[in-house]
Amino acid sequence: MSATRSKYIQGSTGPWEIVVGLEVHCQILSAAKLFSGAATEFGADPNSQVSFVDAAMPGMLPVINKKCVEQAVRTGLGLKAKINLTSVFDRKNYFYPDLPAGYQISQYKNPIVGEGEVFIDLAGGETVRVGIERLHMEQDAGKSLHDQHPDHSFVDLNRSGVALMEIVSRPDMRSSEEAAAFLKKLRAIVRYLGTCDGNMDEGSMRADVNVSVRKPGAGLGTRCEIKNVNSMRFIAQAIEFEARRQIDVLEAGGTIKQETRLFDSRAGETRSMRSKEEAHDYRYFPDPDLLPLVLDQALVDEIAASLPELPDEKRVRFMQMGLSAYDATVLVAERETADYFEAMLAAGADAKAAANWLNNEYFGRLNKAGLSIADGPVPAAANSAIVQMVSADVISGKIAKDVLDVVWSDGGDPRAIVEERGLKQVTDTDAIEKAVDAVIVANPDKVEAAKAKPQLVGWFVGQVMKSTGGKANPSAVNAILKARLGLPEGG
Amino acid sequence: MALPTDPTDFSLAEAREAVAAKKISSLELTAAFIKAVEAARPLNAFVTETPERAAAMASESDARLAKGVVRPLEGLPLAIKDLFCTKGVRTTAGSNILSNFVPPYESTVTQNLWNAGAVLLGKTNMDEFAMGSSNETSHFGPVISPWRSRGSNAKLVPGGSSGGSAASVSANLCLAATGTDTGGSIRQPAAVTGSVGMKPTYGRCSRWGIVAFASSLDQAGPMTRTVRDAAIILKAMASVDPKDSTSVDIPVPDYEAGLESGVKGLRIGIPKEYRMDGAPPEIDAIWNKGAQWLNAQGAEIVEVSLPHTKYALPTYYIVAPAEASSNLARYDGVRYGRRAKDVHDIVDLYEKSRADGFGPEVKRRILIGTYVLSSGYYDAYYLRAQKLRTLIARDFTEAFRQCDVLLTPATPGPAFAIGEKTADPVSMYLNDVFTVTVNLAGLPGLSVPAGLTAEGLPLGLQLIGKAFDEATVLCVGRAVETAANFTAKPQKWWRAA
Amino acid sequence: MSVDKDTVRRIARLARLALEEERVEPMVRELNGILAWVEQLKKVDVEGVAPLTSVVEQRLKMREDVVTEGDNADALMANAPGGEDHFFVVPKVVE
Ligand SMILES: [Mg+2]
Ligand SMILES: [Zn+2]
Repeated sequence: MSATRSKYIQGSTGPWEIVVGLEVHCQILSAAKLFSGAATEFGADPNSQVSFVDAAMPGMLPVINKKCVEQAVRTGLGLKAKINLTSVFDRKNYFYPDLPAGYQISQYKNPIVGEGEVFIDLAGGETVRVGIERLHMEQDAGKSLHDQHPDHSFVDLNRSGVALMEIVSRPDMRSSEEAAAFLKKLRAIVRYLGTCDGNMDEGSMRADVNVSVRKPGAGLGTRCEIKNVNSMRFIAQAIEFEARRQIDVLEAGGTIKQETRLFDSRAGETRSMRSKEEAHDYRYFPDPDLLPLVLDQALVDEIAASLPELPDEKRVRFMQMGLSAYDATVLVAERETADYFEAMLAAGADAKAAANWLNNEYFGRLNKAGLSIADGPVPAAANSAIVQMVSADVISGKIAKDVLDVVWSDGGDPRAIVEERGLKQVTDTDAIEKAVDAVIVANPDKVEAAKAKPQLVGWFVGQVMKSTGGKANPSAVNAILKARLGLPEGG
Repeated sequence: MALPTDPTDFSLAEAREAVAAKKISSLELTAAFIKAVEAARPLNAFVTETPERAAAMASESDARLAKGVVRPLEGLPLAIKDLFCTKGVRTTAGSNILSNFVPPYESTVTQNLWNAGAVLLGKTNMDEFAMGSSNETSHFGPVISPWRSRGSNAKLVPGGSSGGSAASVSANLCLAATGTDTGGSIRQPAAVTGSVGMKPTYGRCSRWGIVAFASSLDQAGPMTRTVRDAAIILKAMASVDPKDSTSVDIPVPDYEAGLESGVKGLRIGIPKEYRMDGAPPEIDAIWNKGAQWLNAQGAEIVEVSLPHTKYALPTYYIVAPAEASSNLARYDGVRYGRRAKDVHDIVDLYEKSRADGFGPEVKRRILIGTYVLSSGYYDAYYLRAQKLRTLIARDFTEAFRQCDVLLTPATPGPAFAIGEKTADPVSMYLNDVFTVTVNLAGLPGLSVPAGLTAEGLPLGLQLIGKAFDEATVLCVGRAVETAANFTAKPQKWWRAA
Repeated sequence: MSVDKDTVRRIARLARLALEEERVEPMVRELNGILAWVEQLKKVDVEGVAPLTSVVEQRLKMREDVVTEGDNADALMANAPGGEDHFFVVPKVVE
């Protein structure tokens, strides 16, 4: 399946294929940390959300947060993955100032979640399966600030011990677009599940990107890992840069050294992280302060029963309502969007009409205003009312846009606005005939021209709409005009 | 019961009665111990003395006693091994790297003791991070045993790593002390100082707030002058702690209640593999005597086999250093503890702070532990040792099908001279040969004074029980204690020094 | 298996323990003494034996997802050898 969707990169020796795998760190949504009772809130004062456990004070011991375990299971189920009823916490040992214990508690050999899958939707309408290798729980590290002082770094442990799920994909992606689509889909899934807020700006979702290149049909090449890339855009940039760099090295007769690299977003390039290079010997061993994590199947079943409808299932359902694949994909991309759409339906709107209205009208305005659907000024019920009025021929499509403008800036009930401002569509044939006749009488030359060139009927429609303040029913106007001008029906 | 005239000669049980009966106030009792501690400074048993705090706690106890509110350890002065974090009182773990550390929290075990009314006399000296068998690795210098060989002034070790606690108990500097035992660090010093020491079942006492050495082996326990005192203190120390994932959710029984129920009908196992070639004949002799004592009181003696015994020490010297190398990574000079001066970068800060902060034995174990976990060696050393641990634990399960309690020597010999074994790490490690199996299997072990060598130095016997069966172990221990009738005490030579 | 001077230097580096050059050779000897002694474990057949990491036979206990700690920066920093404005301070870390 890779051959058809590959966007080969052209090198001097011929085409190359990019192979990408992602390791995504998602902050588990929980009030307290993975092994302590300190808060997880973003942006608190330095070291104000740190327990003695998180600071690795002598004699402190970890006790696991039940919610975090449940969230990991929930995510695993959302990734259609195998839940391992027994998993083990290991210590990953290394020294770093933001790692107080000198080890990170992580799940190395026996993660809580095994193999799963994610389907990504590409721009051309193609769907690609990306395998999930595993999901494991681990502690986040603290944060070192390096640019506050010429000779010192400052360490804030607020993040130390925050629960993370590390989700590792198979090397199933073949382009930066696919990698971005994967991350987007993963983000949608965890947000639907309520297990991670997906906020990349605040670091609640970070990706390590594994990139290698190969000649089409060849085995996997040596990969480089690009650490902590924290935006969709940067991920695409980093992959593009790194693939090109590797191709250049290989084509110059060199070899790729497996290493960890850093993406410098200002320079738009990846660099070797030499400082962390020298000693990669993490000396993993099972954490003797913890016992194996053993789950009951009953708990897993209970969580499974509480899962919400996920984007892929929702998309299928939306398409069954008559939506196009494109519309359905757009609507399910964010849980809030899908919820908004469904709220419009619940308030009485037709599915296709609502989808068209959102995709063609409302989302554009939100985009322009830089607003998310949650922050948009128009409630779902209002948009639903507008769509319903159009469907029932109460207002025209043009008036609908005007009504949306009013609700956008002033709020209010669209039906009342239409009523108060007399925006109801004129379907009364007499009134429309009168308006049509007036335009015909006033423009004899255009009438002649229209007889020779029937497309000019559009100009007459425009004039009639103008003179009726846009309230005339456009199809009625069309029919009457054609009759009066002696043009054939339809067309 | 006829009470001794010097209150520091009280057993804890006697003091408990005297205080409750208002024959002596807690403050009077405490003052006597404060004086004894001061006078015993030549022993170097304490790292930190807390006389003001002791007096304040004693006064509070006296106030409660006046109101008739009496908690189980009301007003009874104890010494605490300097591995237990005590809020506001310096806690060093016997190490330079923590020599200025004042915890902002109290360990669960010590909190339990204070909640029971006990009084803190001070923090006792110990091998650095509990790594040692003679208390010679302490940054604060060795503890001198109160005991001397007959006719000799040579300084002897008190055993280790809870050497300060053992010396304090045997020299009557406190009514009882806490210790911790990772490979024998309670039972071995207790044995060579003529004291009682108990390592409870792993998970019985919370490890929260105790500076970790080897997490899967560490366990706190009492060091006392009598078996009854051990039962009383253990009851107070033990609890089910939601802050320790390895603390076991089993209620703490009243260990004192069944103490005198006797050994009639109990089967006492004698593990044949504990008869070591080259062991001093006195060890075998005392062991045989112990079996006879119990037999005479109605117990049945059965020979059992623990075939993997000889692998226990090497197994321990892989597992414990491995865990320690990771547990001690937090001592990096960043958030607490000593930081090296004049460092040029963060790696330098780590390497120098740790090099200056840790002594030679701790460094050795960190290096061994790092090595056995490092890539390429994990399977050959660490994983294999963990499998050996399974076999060792299985040996005990098998043995306990045939008996209720095991009887063994506590140590391969009496206390030795300071400096005698420091040159060869392995010969030092052999001191724990009889105790370490118990830690690997997580079982309760009790060391009871049983007699003196020809030179007049104490020897102990060890009783090993099934998991969470401390009650039977203590009951058998009481029977040994009764039969041994060990009344010897060290001469108080330090008072003249 | 035994260690040489390079191995000792490497593990000392891993363990972040500065080791003076004149201590390397004695440390090689000491560690090899211990390693030779633990070598006897190789004689035991451990085929099919599961490793024992904890003797505790109970379910891992869990805490509820409730904030119970924190807001304690002063106590947290009280022992810090380098501390400023509630930050732990270390020599500049260069990536
Ligand atoms: Mg990773
Ligand atoms: Zn990770």
